[in-house]
Amino acid sequence: MILWADQLRFNGRVFVAQRMRTFLLLLAVTIGVASVVMLTSLGEGARRYIDAEFSRLGNRLLIVFPGRNETVGGHPPIYGTAPRDITLADALAMARIPSISEVAPLLPGTANISRGGLSREVLAVGTTQGFFSLRGFEVAVGQELPVRSREDALAVTVLGPRLKNELFGHQHAVGEWVRIGDRRMRVIGVLGDVGESMGMDMDDLAIIPAPTAMQLFNTQAMFRVLLELQEGADELLAQERIRQLVRDRHDGEDNITIVSQDSLLAAFDNILFTLTLAIAAIAAISLLVAGILIMNISLISVSQRRAEIGLLKAIGASGKDVRGLFLGESLILVGVGSLCGVVFAYGVVFALRALWPAFPLMPPVWAAPAAVATAVVSGLLFSWLPAKKAAALDPVLAMKGIAE
Amino acid sequence: MALIELRDLNKTYLMGDERVRALRGLSLDIDGGEYISIMGPSGSGKSTLLNMLGLLDRPDSGTYQLAGTATEGLDEEARAALRRDNIGFIFQAFHLVNRLTARENVELPMMLAGISASERRKAAQEMLAMVGLGERMTHRPNQLSGGQLQRVAIARAIVMKPKILLADEPTGNLDQASGRDIVEVIENLNREGITLVVVTHDSNLGQRARRRIRMVDGTVAADEKEG
Repeated sequence: MILWADQLRFNGRVFVAQRMRTFLLLLAVTIGVASVVMLTSLGEGARRYIDAEFSRLGNRLLIVFPGRNETVGGHPPIYGTAPRDITLADALAMARIPSISEVAPLLPGTANISRGGLSREVLAVGTTQGFFSLRGFEVAVGQELPVRSREDALAVTVLGPRLKNELFGHQHAVGEWVRIGDRRMRVIGVLGDVGESMGMDMDDLAIIPAPTAMQLFNTQAMFRVLLELQEGADELLAQERIRQLVRDRHDGEDNITIVSQDSLLAAFDNILFTLTLAIAAIAAISLLVAGILIMNISLISVSQRRAEIGLLKAIGASGKDVRGLFLGESLILVGVGSLCGVVFAYGVVFALRALWPAFPLMPPVWAAPAAVATAVVSGLLFSWLPAKKAAALDPVLAMKGIAE
Repeated sequence: MALIELRDLNKTYLMGDERVRALRGLSLDIDGGEYISIMGPSGSGKSTLLNMLGLLDRPDSGTYQLAGTATEGLDEEARAALRRDNIGFIFQAFHLVNRLTARENVELPMMLAGISASERRKAAQEMLAMVGLGERMTHRPNQLSGGQLQRVAIARAIVMKPKILLADEPTGNLDQASGRDIVEVIENLNREGITLVVVTHDSNLGQRARRRIRMVDGTVAADEKEG
């Protein structure tokens, strides 16, 4: 039996003697492993991005939609159960449920905003004061929507910072008037920089009281209601209370859908994890290609080294020893190539992260082990045939350079 | 009991469509310490006989006892081990591994036997010194002359202290002077007790052996012993 260290040294001498072949095989394995790790880090990055977005919402969020999931699509219901609107009064009533700490109804719409000669379309969101704390928005100048504006259609607005700059430049905006739709409104505050959140550009937004939005857009129906659970409150119990409340107010029907942030996040997680796996599988094809390359080059190597193999057998190597030498060669190549691939991929990923910090590019923890394992299995599988061929060589013929 | 007992060996090869009977009922006893030459025309089966002796080939029928061990039933692993411990080979074309130094080439059989590096190194240096290459341990095969290469090969063949040294045309690729050197080296080994079997076309070399076997058509045609 050949000692471990001796096998390593013996294989090492082969690699040195066949530098080009060794380099090319290493490169193939490196590229394969690196592509798995790098591509999966895209998927994982997307997942982390979504995670981060959700966690910015606070972590005890419920979102209430009008209409039930089940009534969308499928057979039309026999009884008249068309989704019933959630009104502002419904939303405010939800705020009185003990385990709900904050409520923000949302009624968004586009409206024309103008000041002096400047005019453009803008996203106007009708809501209540709860929106600010619920979304973690800070007012940079002025104040948030007053509590009184929950019931009264006050003509006031809080502007996003970019919108304010476009309308007012560097002048003070708080206390000035703008026109939104057909109404004059007083600017009472300007939001701090929040950037984009959940696909909505918060810098370019006019926040107005919900009753004002109802008049402006001529509707009673809230688009959705955001609710924040109290710390330690039971989420299912709260959902049941919300449904009970809606049943009480809507003649026994609870025509609403409640989505918890956790379930939404779990759904996204699921989708993106599956996507990442799919990407990994595609990238793994390059490992398969590397495996086939190893097989081809090993076959060539076996026929070039016929005489040497014959000699080894003549001086006491069994077929098993010879097979071990050739498999060992592949294993070392794959091992070193994998290591290079992992190091290279992590290097690239961290470099990209530094260049582009907004997107949290990160290889999933399983990517490197999975890629290396795939590479090793593929390497062994594909070098099995050449190694077996080498082990089966007839030493006498092999040394004479005669093909069988 | 003889060191080697061959009984009624038969071997047939298929060369293309033709069946070639390389050995026909060959029987032969070899005692420890003998010096034997095997001569004969091409195709007489002398190389096949050498491969049988070296456990590189298996007979179709017949028995081969090596140092009291019946070899027929042994698997590949056991045959490799038996070969490693009892038989040293030298070849016409030397068969050294070019990427390894002289010393590493000599160490190869010991490496295959799993002997530790320090022990190997000592033994290889001793063997190389014995064949007169003590100064060329770290030379590679491409830096050595033909005679030197065959000396390295001899050192490799005897490093495991085998009982039998099988030489297949050991001087075939060498000039006269180097050839004489090599013959002297292996004959010295024989004098120290190793059993030497030389296969050759060269009748000058063949005549030097104390026992001369002539093969024709896969069997022993003549078996002369000196004295």
